[in-house]
Amino acid sequence: MHDVYSFISLLTVFVMACFVGYYVVWSVTPALHTPLMSVTNAISSVIIVGALIAAGASAVWDASKIFGLVAIVLAAVNIFGGFAVTARMLAMYKKKEKK
Amino acid sequence: MPIQLTALLYLVSSVLFVLALRGLSSPATSRTGNIFGIVGMTIAVLTTIATISGGGVMGLVEILVALIIGGAIGGILARRIQMTAMPQLVAAMHSLVGLAAVLVAAAAFYNQEAFGISTGGKLHFASRIEMALGVVIGIITFSGSLVAFAKLQGLVSGNPLVFKGQHWLNAAIGLLILGLIVAFCVEPTKELFWAVTLAAFVVGFLVILPIGGADMPVVVSMLNSYSGWAAAGIGFTLLNPALIVTGALVGSSGAILSYIMCKGMNRSLFNVILGGFGGEAAAASSGTKVARPFKAGSAEDAAFIMKNAGKVIIVPGYGMAVSQAQHQLREMADKLKEHGVEVAYAIHPVAGRMPGHMNVLLAEANVPYDEVFELETINSDFQQSDVAFVIGANDVTNPAARDDPKSPIYGMPILDVDKAKTVLFVKRSMASGYAGIDNDLFYKDNTMMLLADAKKMVEDIVKGLA
Repeated sequence: MHDVYSFISLLTVFVMACFVGYYVVWSVTPALHTPLMSVTNAISSVIIVGALIAAGASAVWDASKIFGLVAIVLAAVNIFGGFAVTARMLAMYKKKEKK
Repeated sequence: MPIQLTALLYLVSSVLFVLALRGLSSPATSRTGNIFGIVGMTIAVLTTIATISGGGVMGLVEILVALIIGGAIGGILARRIQMTAMPQLVAAMHSLVGLAAVLVAAAAFYNQEAFGISTGGKLHFASRIEMALGVVIGIITFSGSLVAFAKLQGLVSGNPLVFKGQHWLNAAIGLLILGLIVAFCVEPTKELFWAVTLAAFVVGFLVILPIGGADMPVVVSMLNSYSGWAAAGIGFTLLNPALIVTGALVGSSGAILSYIMCKGMNRSLFNVILGGFGGEAAAASSGTKVARPFKAGSAEDAAFIMKNAGKVIIVPGYGMAVSQAQHQLREMADKLKEHGVEVAYAIHPVAGRMPGHMNVLLAEANVPYDEVFELETINSDFQQSDVAFVIGANDVTNPAARDDPKSPIYGMPILDVDKAKTVLFVKRSMASGYAGIDNDLFYKDNTMMLLADAKKMVEDIVKGLA
């Protein structure tokens, strides 16, 4: 991917994303801080892309492939578990019933 | 797949992740937000699979099996977990992110060609730094979260574990890690890679061990932040903007939560990390304990007082979570409303063992979220309310934090429950709270202590209201 990204362009992306994160997270209502944590858990498991590359890179079962496959399992626990538990929590937040 | 298209799809999933967090600004939009997150993740995973299989499908079966195993475990956990156990679950998940980051870094280290991070068998210099940092943060997240999990789950004591020379030991290992990173950057050998990992693993344990149970909201938030930075670090190694953006989002999210939690306790992050809070204060106060008179009441008394009140504010804390009293509490509130009493809930930022923990528990018990208020919003209402019903909270209501400059918790924002006409305080015994400080509120004329298990007491009050 070197032809698409240089270190500096990635650093720019990183710094800008920190700012976006700062403003977006401050706008999260305190009542939803627990779902915020579980969903950030789920999305930080996008690290699975690295694991997929490692697992798919070689045909033989070398160290890299095994590390990759184990990482896929761990990240998948987080992805499925994180989004599911967040959905379960969010489904519980209800407004007062209007009479 | 052309590399430009891959990059574009990663951008789409990054944007969807931002929208997922944005959705959490209100419960009404949060469910859509979660779906954005799921779509974003799906796009990222499918794009990656399409990219790697472009060079001939290798091990797609293994990958699918791994995905299914992980997905099944995650799905079952998510369905089975009790809401009171959310802090443990989140801590456990942080540890998984950390470990996954380390494994990905290791995989990249062992197969540098596949990740395009080396030329002529030599690992790029920038990749060495990124890799070392990613591994260190990842493994600290892993071991630190394991300790946090063990403390929250009650596998080890929640008391701060302090020993002499602790900070010196940590500093020494910290320096050792720095040295090892430098050595790794000069000559990236396998031995150095694992030496860095091992040293950072140990430091993660040592840093979290001395932190007490009451500080867990800060620790969990901090580890949340670390898991994000670890992901971002690996993103630099893999030249993957989706990982970098997500890592930055999660990193700042955890950092902001840590800040909010620290402010809720009026302590600095540094002070929390140094640890040991709770232990010393408890030791100091236990020596000067004198039995002071207080007013104890029964469930019938409490029911009578609340039935005749105009407005009742309920203040839940960790004790309510422990005895699982949230459902009975909602029932009590319903009964009170039938009697024409106005009911609201007041939540302190550090109530519970993680940010927003009480809100989730109340939501689980079907308490409408527009009856639940944050400290800043509701604090002035205590003056106009007849009853403050404190259940399972203690230190966050202690007037000493407001009035007594000598108190160890002085300056911590508190809920002004003492300004209500009557304070009903549900508590198991007269013991002091996590901070180990006696609460003057217990001995005030307008306070009635309801000494019993929270769930049992609320059940009895509900009977009294019938």
